[in-house]
Amino acid sequence: MEAYWMKKLFLAAAGVLSAALLVTGCGKKAASKGTEMVIENGAEPQSIDPTQIQGNVEQRINAALFEGLVTTDPKTCVAVPAVAESWDRSADGSVITFHLRKTTWSDGTPVTAQTFVDSWLYFMAPSTAAVYAYMPAMVIKGAADYNAGKADAGKVGLRAIDDYTLEVTLVGPVPYAVDMMTHYSFDPLPMHAIKKFGKAWIKPENFVGNGPFVLESWVPQQKVTVVPNEKYWNKQNVFLSRITFLPIDDMTTAYNKYKNGEVDWNATDTFPFDMLNEVKLRDDYQVYPNLASYYLEFNLNNKTLKDVRVRKALTESLDTKELVEKVTQGGQLATGAFVPQMAGYTPADGVKFDVVDAKKLLAEAGYPDGKGFPKLTYIYNTSEQHKKIAEWTQQQWKKNLGIDMDLQNMEWATFLAKRQANDFEIARDGWIGDYQDPSNFLELLKSDSGNNDGRYNNPDYDALLEKASKMPAGTERMQVLRDAETMMLDRDAAVIPMYIYVTQNLIDLDKWEGWYPNTLDLHPYTGLKLKK
Amino acid sequence: MGKFIVKRLLELIPTMFVIVTLSFFMIRLAPGGPFSSERKVSPEIMANLQHKYHMDEPLGMQYLRYLGDMLHGDLGPSFKNKDFTVNQLIGASMPNSLILGVTALAIAVLFGISFGLLSAVCQNTWVDYTTMSAASIGLSVPLFVVGPVAVLVFALRLRWLPTSGWINGRQGWKTIIMPAMTLALPYFSSIARLTRASVLETLRSDYIRTARAKGLKNSVVMVKHVLRGALLPVVSYLGPAFAGIVTGSVVIEQIFLVPGIGNFFVKSALNRDYTLILGTVVVYSAILVVMNLIVDVLYGILDPRISYE
Repeated sequence: MEAYWMKKLFLAAAGVLSAALLVTGCGKKAASKGTEMVIENGAEPQSIDPTQIQGNVEQRINAALFEGLVTTDPKTCVAVPAVAESWDRSADGSVITFHLRKTTWSDGTPVTAQTFVDSWLYFMAPSTAAVYAYMPAMVIKGAADYNAGKADAGKVGLRAIDDYTLEVTLVGPVPYAVDMMTHYSFDPLPMHAIKKFGKAWIKPENFVGNGPFVLESWVPQQKVTVVPNEKYWNKQNVFLSRITFLPIDDMTTAYNKYKNGEVDWNATDTFPFDMLNEVKLRDDYQVYPNLASYYLEFNLNNKTLKDVRVRKALTESLDTKELVEKVTQGGQLATGAFVPQMAGYTPADGVKFDVVDAKKLLAEAGYPDGKGFPKLTYIYNTSEQHKKIAEWTQQQWKKNLGIDMDLQNMEWATFLAKRQANDFEIARDGWIGDYQDPSNFLELLKSDSGNNDGRYNNPDYDALLEKASKMPAGTERMQVLRDAETMMLDRDAAVIPMYIYVTQNLIDLDKWEGWYPNTLDLHPYTGLKLKK
Repeated sequence: MGKFIVKRLLELIPTMFVIVTLSFFMIRLAPGGPFSSERKVSPEIMANLQHKYHMDEPLGMQYLRYLGDMLHGDLGPSFKNKDFTVNQLIGASMPNSLILGVTALAIAVLFGISFGLLSAVCQNTWVDYTTMSAASIGLSVPLFVVGPVAVLVFALRLRWLPTSGWINGRQGWKTIIMPAMTLALPYFSSIARLTRASVLETLRSDYIRTARAKGLKNSVVMVKHVLRGALLPVVSYLGPAFAGIVTGSVVIEQIFLVPGIGNFFVKSALNRDYTLILGTVVVYSAILVVMNLIVDVLYGILDPRISYE
């Protein structure tokens, strides 16, 4: 009897095992010869469809599969020709004419000026509900109304003059427009494939792209692999025979895999503290100032925080240099400014660390030595890094001003919901720039910005940004933007700039050629190869 | 027996219904939603997103729609893994969790019963003490400690095994060794202790004395009489253990990059991926309920005193 049942059980177990093996697929294509690169890509991508993506994880895959009119220079991140060979601007800067090269999709269909018109209209169409549609909608004339469903496509400033000439009319001179177009929200889309396959067009068997690589496979939670696109116009500069993107959330696992030589490029960013001291000493640790800012938001509707003297006191009492040296320790920059350093722009000086003045201001506001100061709560999303920063801040305020602050952590979605609903007193915040222009950061605090969670509302500030948006590129415009930043920080202390982030990558540059640390952490795959 | 199974299967329906209903409404209570994003989207786009996933309908309507789709075997689209449906995601990850779970459980059962039996037979000797101490450690040290230590020793120092990955990847079957062993550890410990205790108890029972008095050989007594009686508690433990080992391997999946369903279970909740949360809950509860049923059936077979007629 037992033997009979044991046998049955065993057979059942074996059956489950072999069925599972069949489902997961053991028969794989043999790897083609050449250089393969394995990238530790952070997390499982949400999508491969350019209309549905947001974030660095998706960007790294997108850069392999699609190419816009322009792409980023691997060192400086400014726009360099891609599908567009060249472009010129009208005298007032508000019309850009792109001259496209003759390129095709991976299935041989030509990529024309009309392709871009159709793609961008599709991207911004209300029914597509692309989260990043606000980027093209922000700069292309008539696009904002079209994106909001208030105007039809005919009103959008896009025109295919001929097959290979595209005219884009902007809302104004928008000096950063071409740099912005390196972003994936300006990708061409294979409309013919979308029409044919519907939502399934991004499946490997249907996939059509115009980037240096095409999608080979995607096994959820395991890997995304791409192989060279034979139809790519610049394929002589593609040296990798395959790229494998691994989704690894756990930092320790990712680092172990890298250390063991199973991964070529660890792109997960932000190493946990216990690991950082070891990582920092490695020759293959690539650190670079990032176009990203870590800051604290004040709720400006709060009775206590409405008083600019209180906000200034809270800001002046924090020695952020100590924060980056003793707490974050990853090479972050405590500049005191909200906007990161970028070409042509010198960020505002910001409020300086000055405990004496801070105490004086707090006394003037009615809280001498912190007496009578209400207990406020500082909220942050659960993470070791944010926790340490919050604790440091809490302790500084206690030591320098004599005030008590409560700290409260919450998981991401709850935190976002609270912060966006303006239901907080002090909250951490961060912004990673999408393109190199100070307005990308300063616009966050405009009174009508959807990201202005603290509800900073200063008509003078709004007016300065409005003015800058109509100005052509140049030092004058940058000065107006700097004035705005100075007003927001020095006069109004609307936020506390904590530090400028750094990008942290692990890749052996003695082994790989064509990879450079840069401010946007964007790394094109063309030109990337093993050193001889 | 057949009647009993049919009855229990029918009971499954209301159980699952209650679970799905409770989960459906509970996850909506959590702040935020599947479209929460740091970059706040315009109200127009948000409205379109909501519409695309029928989230603009009244909750009751959404619930009925979900139930209707579920009855047709469609668990809906995933909100966060936008290129896949929940069916596809579970279909791709569940087999991996099963492979890992079955392997781990096989290891746990094989070694657990052997060592448990050995301990009982050699009660109060060094064999017994060593095995039971090892079992205590296995039970008390959490997997998130055992896992990384194993990686450190076997992958980074000794370089015998890959740090992580899965069997259909480059390193093949070697990748399953560490996660399966680690996952098996607490179950091995429980099974060893359970087996030891129940073998000791059975050894003292009357029918064993009778068997011995009949002059049966010791090995026959042990295998045919003692083990069969002693395995009952182990079998009843195996049902929940199997469910636990398949559903509870989240930590192991993270540490060893096993593309299983546990990852989805945790991440979908954090992402407010409503359909994926419900999908995993449905699958997990089905496994739990079915495993309990199987245990009850096995009980009837192993213990002649139990009858379901």
